Amino acid sequence: MAIFLTQDSKVIVQGMTGSEGMKHTQRMLASGTNVVGGVNPRKAGAEVEFPGDVLVPVYGTVAEAMEATGADVSVLFVPPPFTKSAVMEAVDAGMPLVVIITEGVPVADTAEFFAYAQSKGTRLIGPNCPGLITPGESNVGITPANITGPGKIGLVSKSGTLTYQMMFELRDLGFSTCVGIGGDPIVGTTHIDCLEAFENDPDTAAIVMIGEIGGDAEERAAAYIKEHVTKPVVGYVAGFEAPEGKTMGHAGAIVSGSVGTAAAKKEALEAAGVKVGTTPSETATLMREILTGS
Amino acid sequence: MDLYEYQARDMFEKHGVPVLPGIVAETPAEARAAAEQLGGVVVVKAQVKVGGRGKAGGVKVAKTPDEAEAYAEAILGMDIKGHTVHRVMIAAGAAIAEEFYFSVLLDRAERRYLAMCSVEGGMEIEQLAVERPDALAKVAVDPLVGIDRAKAEEIVDTAGFPAELREAVIDTIEKLWLVYKNEDATLVEVNPLVRTEDGSIIALDGKVTIDENALFRHADHAALEDKAAADPLEAKAKHMNLNYVKLDGSVGIIGNGAGLVMSTLDVVAYAGREFGGQKPANFLDIGGGASAEVMANGLDVILHDPQVKSVFVNVFGGITSCVAVADGIVGALEALGDKATKPLVVRLDGNAVEDGRAILAHADHPLVTIVETMDGAAAKAAELAAAAA
Repeated sequence: MAIFLTQDSKVIVQGMTGSEGMKHTQRMLASGTNVVGGVNPRKAGAEVEFPGDVLVPVYGTVAEAMEATGADVSVLFVPPPFTKSAVMEAVDAGMPLVVIITEGVPVADTAEFFAYAQSKGTRLIGPNCPGLITPGESNVGITPANITGPGKIGLVSKSGTLTYQMMFELRDLGFSTCVGIGGDPIVGTTHIDCLEAFENDPDTAAIVMIGEIGGDAEERAAAYIKEHVTKPVVGYVAGFEAPEGKTMGHAGAIVSGSVGTAAAKKEALEAAGVKVGTTPSETATLMREILTGS
Repeated sequence: MDLYEYQARDMFEKHGVPVLPGIVAETPAEARAAAEQLGGVVVVKAQVKVGGRGKAGGVKVAKTPDEAEAYAEAILGMDIKGHTVHRVMIAAGAAIAEEFYFSVLLDRAERRYLAMCSVEGGMEIEQLAVERPDALAKVAVDPLVGIDRAKAEEIVDTAGFPAELREAVIDTIEKLWLVYKNEDATLVEVNPLVRTEDGSIIALDGKVTIDENALFRHADHAALEDKAAADPLEAKAKHMNLNYVKLDGSVGIIGNGAGLVMSTLDVVAYAGREFGGQKPANFLDIGGGASAEVMANGLDVILHDPQVKSVFVNVFGGITSCVAVADGIVGALEALGDKATKPLVVRLDGNAVEDGRAILAHADHPLVTIVETMDGAAAKAAELAAAAA
């Protein structure tokens, strides 16, 4: 067991035949993901060969790909101008889970396709995210699969590289699922969604939650933890040194006034009983103490 | 990107929102000419992207072109909360009878849009929201529908506008929605929206924030960027497509991924407490899958910052190969030759880490120190910055 993604997940790639799509499809296949197809209307009927004599068929539409393969996850490597229509297509086809890796999607587009997905019951992860990995089972997105293996820690983070860093710090213990929810102002899956899923996942014993400045998602997550999460949660917040009003890479990571500061987030998490580390290493140490008692 | 008031005014006008005539001036002489052109009483308004300019003396009513010139002389060059005034807008005067408030913005928490409206304008909206929350109408806006006629009516009626103003305000709000939607804004705010003594509704002052991710479908938005106001190092970095923000400290930072770089700033500041309060000098994210060239460009920008005393390169290779990072470091140092004088602390992990470290070990550059952990490397960089100060 894990959350959102298991070894049974059948994955299609929208934008597979582009350079990013090709590169990452190869990496996903190499890490054991069951990639059953790609989507490109101009190359429908073709097969793409990947190392190891793997042939992945290309379908004209998401609906055709689902019909032919029974796919239940779609991952998008589609440039920003085309992301909205690609997500809408996947939602219309009834895809249960859509993972949007693309960085630089206009937030109005995200607002629209999120509202649409919500009305149709599709879960979105991202945009502007590394995707998610259930080590040893499946890897959807761009997370390196060789950092660590299966274990009992669930991880949710806005940031890709901080996810990798934390996986690396706790590589000896391993993870159930690591979800990079993305750093945009609107994301399809929130910290709270992941906390809820980890709480209900019998294979997750403890949770690491990584946040960063901007918005109030961490404060809301803290309130949720206090009410609903019985498993131990360790937190980390990045962005104490970020100045007000400056965008630091993640479009969502911008502090306006006192709202969304790292200090406010840390305080809210600690008030909910979450142990918050000062550095990623210290955060890992807190988790290690919980799981191993040393 | 936040726009100046005059840019917001122009955008409002383009979409049919009622505004007063306004002319931008960069010199007192231009201000005088603008006042003559507009005729009558004008308002000289400092153009800065920060609130509270009225209290700071940045907004003055001028009865004559002479006065407009004199006020412009005083306001141009003024410092308002750290922002230097480079332009003023000369706006036609208005006989204000009542002030209202309207905004529409991204509601991150609810993942939709939010319209806010009040018949009690003229004060800071944060203050109104705290002191008289009932006076501020908050109406959720579905991104798939937007503000249509029915939604505009709901907003106006919830705010409690009198019957005689209802139609004019509904019409203005529908047009402000066009600004939000058609310009890919994340904030459109009018404070105040006014009723003049002759009964007209006018957007007297506007704030607009546009989404930089949507630049690809707005060719005209690139021109709105205030290139003169950017820090020269930030401008240079932007030219090289680097994600760079200048800060005030002494430890230059390069890393990959926004989250990890933000974390690196924090870890350096934390470690820096042991070394006389050393702080990060910048944020620089070389992004995913960076090449040796991108790494070298990043290092070039940072080494040209005179405030930088040491540099911390912190990379966890996901897609980015540690080989590319190491090659970039070695290449940049070779290119700089004797001009390279600042010590570099490098911490690499992840993709191709052994090969990357081997490249650095082989180059054996006297300025480069390899440290295995992020916390340890941060402490070393802070120590070196303190020693060089």
